Formats: sequence, structure tokens, C-alpha cells
Amino acid sequence: MTAALALLRRELRLSLRHGADTLAAVLFFVLAGALFPLAIGPAPETLGRIAPGIVWVCALLAALLPLDRLFGADFEDGSLDQLMLGGLPPGAVAGVKAVAHWLGTGLPLLLAAGPLAVMLQLDPANVPVLLAGLLPGTLALSLLGTLGAAVVLGARRGGVLLPLLVLPLAMPVLIFGTAAVEAAGSGLTPRPHLLLLLAVLAGALPLCPLAAGAALRGAVE
Amino acid sequence: MPGVGLEARDISAIRGERLVLRSLSFTVPPGGALLLLGANGSGKSTLLRVLAGLKRPDAGTVLWMGEAEAPVAYLGHQDAVKPGLTALENLRFAAQTGRSTPRDALQALDLLTLADLPARLLSAGQKRRLALARLVLSPAAVWLLDEPTLGLDTAAVERLGGLLAAHRAGGGVVVTATHLPLPLPGAAELRL
Repeated sequence: MTAALALLRRELRLSLRHGADTLAAVLFFVLAGALFPLAIGPAPETLGRIAPGIVWVCALLAALLPLDRLFGADFEDGSLDQLMLGGLPPGAVAGVKAVAHWLGTGLPLLLAAGPLAVMLQLDPANVPVLLAGLLPGTLALSLLGTLGAAVVLGARRGGVLLPLLVLPLAMPVLIFGTAAVEAAGSGLTPRPHLLLLLAVLAGALPLCPLAAGAALRGAVE
Repeated sequence: MPGVGLEARDISAIRGERLVLRSLSFTVPPGGALLLLGANGSGKSTLLRVLAGLKRPDAGTVLWMGEAEAPVAYLGHQDAVKPGLTALENLRFAAQTGRSTPRDALQALDLLTLADLPARLLSAGQKRRLALARLVLSPAAVWLLDEPTLGLDTAAVERLGGLLAAHRAGGGVVVTATHLPLPLPGAAELRL
């Protein structure tokens, strides 16, 4: 446990030192979202209807940005060898990395999502539902992304392979997340969709670190 | 049978569809040292990774005191130094299980004056010393070193000699691959 905390502290300190990476992901998120009114036109009824989808897709793409460095840097400079020998099981290393990815990328995206949604004319009454979906959603994305990053480690052109691997896995998250806001918008309860999102998270929580850990073991061999 | 130290039994390893290690067996008693010699590509690094448990041997076993889990500290070709962290912060994670403090480890390698400098400003030799400081922190009895003197000046090599001697005096084992003469008196040699 202390080793996991020490690793998390190290990861957070590194992401603070390289704060530009976090900023880049958030700026990408906001800029990509801001392209839609320009392309589709600023009509509030059109924008307001597709706003949840825009926020979700942009969040998904922005969360992918820092993934290829998640293990890539450690793999190249030999730190991954030391992590594998550091007394932590590989699954725990992957779990800590996923938490660090969420704190460094998911959480800032969550904070930026509210203002972006309002900017895109989403009914302010539905913003809490959007955020309630994004909270487990970004967590699940971090876990799935960690899995993808671990699997492509050491592969040539891994950075290109990564989105192809993670995006299909992230589809359920996207579907339930947007459906929740859709339901709230039409006067229905978003509860079943949010519960399904939590179910995805509950499945990803034990499985992704385990699978990612196995992939890390394979990568150092 | 306890007390035999580090034992390799019939180790074979395949790397890139080539058999680089073939039925290798040796024993290093506690306090002993083993020098791995051989041309480039002869399997020295592969053997060290197998002993470290990073790579599974394709046949054979590695035992420490008769047990399958060897407590190892591994120094690879790369220094595993994070350029964004200071020298001291780089040692923090290794210090979790450590027997001494990061400052003592830096002192042992004459890096204390550079403790708060970002590691990206360190020279190649200083980074190598920082990686060696991680060994000093490790409680592991088996040290596996891949070209430990890479980039080190003569003073640092002497310092390393002192550390290796102290580690062996405490019952530790050193296995090292090298092309350069090392201050490692009484070491057995294994030619690959």
C-alpha cells in the first residue's frame, strides 16, 4: 500500500512538472468542442440537442491524448523494469497508473465539461446529469485507456494503434453517457443509464488493471 | 537446501527466435561475485534479465537459498532516471522498501550536492551514479548489474568497488556483465 502511494505521488509530481500535458488535453477538449458551433451553426435548438454527444466525444478523444506516454516514457528509460521489480504486483502498477491518468486528465476534463456544455447551449438543468455520467465515464475511460496503453507497449507505431484499440472498447461508455442526458432532456429518469455506466466501471475496475498488468509483464520480457 | 546462495539450473533462453542461453548452470555463494564475459550479443543482458525475473527462462530455474523468489536489485543498460524529477525525488520510490535514506544513498555516491537538481541537468556519469544509488537503497541480497561502470570516472569506479565489497561482506551476491575491468576481487568468471 505504501509502495502504491509512493508510486502515485511520483506520478502526480511528474504530471505537475509536465503541467503542459494536462493543459494540452483540456485545451484540445475545449477547442474541439468549440469547432461544432462554427461548423454546424450557432442555432441554439440544434446545438443544445447534440451538445451532450459533442462533450462526450471530445472528452473521449482528449482522454486518449496523454495515453501513449502513460507507459511509453517509463518503458524507454528503463523505469518500467524498476517498477516491475519494486515489490508491487504488475496489476497494482497499472491500477496506480490509471488513477494517475484520471487525476491528471479525467478530472480536469470533468471540470471543463460543465462550462463547455453551457457554451454549447445545453439546458443548464441537464448539466448535473451530464457530469454525473462523466464521473464514472472518465474513470472507465482511464481504466480502458491504461489497458490499451499497456497492450500496445513496445509495438511499432503504438501511438496509432492505441485509439484503434481503445475507441471500440469505449463505445458502451459513450452510449450510456449520452443516453442519460437524452433521457433527462425528454423528462425521463436518467437512472438506468447511469447505473449501466457504473456497471461498466465496476467491470473495468478489476479487469483492466489485471489485463494491463499481464501486458506490462509481457512488455518487459 | 538453504545456504547455497544464488543458483541457476539448466537455464535456456530464446531471444528473437535465437537460442542465446543454452543449459546454463552455476552457483554463486553468499558473499560471492560472478563476472559475465562475452562478446556483444552473447546473452549477458538476457541472462541478467532472467536472473532478475523480468524475463521468464524458456527452460530451467533460478533459485535463491533454495527458494524460487530471488530478492534482486537490477541495474540495466538504462538508468531509469526521470529527467523531470530532482536527484532526491528520483530515489523516493526505491526508498519505500529501503534500508537507508535517499540522502545516505546520494552521499555514498558523492551526489549529495546535486540532490535538489533536476535530473535532466545531470551528466551521463552522474545519472549512472544516481542509478547506482538506487542499489544502495535496495534491501535485496542479489545485485544484478549490466555494465555498471558505463560513463563513470575512475573515482566513481573506486567508490563502486567499495560499495560492492560492503555488499558482499554483508552476505550479498553480485552478478555483473562487463567489458571493463571492475574492482571485484575474487570474482568467478562465466564466459558466455
